[in-house]
Amino acid sequence: MSAAPGLLSGTRTLLYKEVLRFWKVSFQTVAAPVLTAVLYLLIFGHALEDHVKVYGTVSYTAFLIPGLVMMSVLQNAFANSSSSLIQSKITGNLVFLLVTPLSHWAWFLAYVGAAIVRGLVVGLGVLLVTLWFAPLTVVQPLWILAFAVAGAAMMGALGLVAGLWAEKFDQIAAFQNFIVMPMTFLSGVFYSVHSLPPLWLKVSHLNPFFYMIDGFRRGFFGVSDVSPWTSLAVVGGTLVVVCGLCLHLLRIGYKIRH
Amino acid sequence: MAAISFQQVSKTYLSAHSEVRALSEVSMDIEPGEFFGLLGPNGAGKTTLISILAGLSRATGGRVTVLGHDVVTDYAAARRSLGIVPQELVFDPFFTVREALVIQSGYFGVRGNDAWIDELLHHLGLADKANANMRQLSGGMKRRVLVAQALVHRPPVIVLDEPTAGVDVELRQTLWHFVARLNKEGHTVLLTTHYLEEAEALCNRIAMLKQGRVVALDRTSALLAGTASTMLRFKMDAPLPPELAAQSRVTGRIVQIKAHDAHEVEAVLGVLRAAGCQPEDLEIGRADLEDVFLDIMNGPEVKG
Repeated sequence: MSAAPGLLSGTRTLLYKEVLRFWKVSFQTVAAPVLTAVLYLLIFGHALEDHVKVYGTVSYTAFLIPGLVMMSVLQNAFANSSSSLIQSKITGNLVFLLVTPLSHWAWFLAYVGAAIVRGLVVGLGVLLVTLWFAPLTVVQPLWILAFAVAGAAMMGALGLVAGLWAEKFDQIAAFQNFIVMPMTFLSGVFYSVHSLPPLWLKVSHLNPFFYMIDGFRRGFFGVSDVSPWTSLAVVGGTLVVVCGLCLHLLRIGYKIRH
Repeated sequence: MAAISFQQVSKTYLSAHSEVRALSEVSMDIEPGEFFGLLGPNGAGKTTLISILAGLSRATGGRVTVLGHDVVTDYAAARRSLGIVPQELVFDPFFTVREALVIQSGYFGVRGNDAWIDELLHHLGLADKANANMRQLSGGMKRRVLVAQALVHRPPVIVLDEPTAGVDVELRQTLWHFVARLNKEGHTVLLTTHYLEEAEALCNRIAMLKQGRVVALDRTSALLAGTASTMLRFKMDAPLPPELAAQSRVTGRIVQIKAHDAHEVEAVLGVLRAAGCQPEDLEIGRADLEDVFLDIMNGPEVKG
């Protein structure tokens, strides 16, 4: 990052603008995903509460809550950066940003920063509403924070990559429906992967989303399917790769500077 | 040091089936304080050239500098010196006019800019729209906001890419008044436009592009003097006699015919009389930039 004057303030402005953008339509960007998560909780919790106990003692509803919170964090972080960028590209107002002296680092920090904020706000919203359904236990809050932030950052950066690559809204929707959704649903949000047959257990272990959810859940119950350090290493590694790709694409102006 | 320097700028677009050469070694320097016009028909490469200057597009060859700053290697300093009014009527629907301006200011690291923002709003006739959402504005009002956004960081070099396309007379007047004032205060202005009378009235120097090449580059007065011809203008409803049709320019019922001296004027009038035509509002005037432009654009095709 060059040490030009005002650059930090430029980055801060872009971060502020990105946060203000989703906040102005918070009914759609915060309230709606909270409602969706609560519906999942009501329906799956109601259907499975009496049949499933996880880690021996944890009720299914209590088990489900951290998974739903993390799923909301991840999906909304992705939605924020990807939809903001594709909207600006399609409506053409990205030009306001392209003519500024902001570096690729500034773009990256601001878009990913706003994605983290949106992810955490939605996640917190889901967590608050679910307090009505099951008592909240927090055993290791640092794991919760570490995985929430790292997961949101990774998804924010991935959303930025998708937003750069896509040329139409359908392509973002496809990215969301065919990559993000299956990977979050198959990551153990709704079940402990130890209940899976051996083959699917192995497959789950190849999914970085599994480690995000598992590590995040560890903070609530003090129990997890794999060691949180392993999860942190996998999530950290994925984060570095995705951020590296994202920064590279921004630096070369991939599909935005022709 | 030139305010803007284009040095052998080339741009080739690669599409699936072919190679399109949008610019071929365009070179020109625009000096500080100039009001410079860039003219050319659609597809001549004007917007491509400006996109390269603004960093929206990358040159295939050559180099562009703004006040000595290379637009690629020293892009931050170059972009800080530039204010670009884009051709497309774009806006961010999430924000009000004032928010859009405060945000744009912040991107350039300029904070506490309210006094200048108020001045811009006032001069562009936007003061009563400051708190309106961008979506609620008419096209003309959105265009004014685009101008304000380009000027919000007080750039020394201002680029206007067809700012008056599809704009009503009142806004055109407001805009030119304001831009002319900025130019008097020392800002360099680069303007592309389709309205040649605008370029003639405002620009002290003009470059004409055709098929990606500079085909004319001179002081406006020199370009006008270069043709040194007078024009005979009149209005007529009947069709022109065939011997005049080939050398005239007809816009609706206005006919313009080049006539270098009194003899040629007489000759034209003689042909009209013989054909029984009755021209109205007859006048003899100096050739304008449009005549120069058409002469140059209708000249031999550019090879390459």
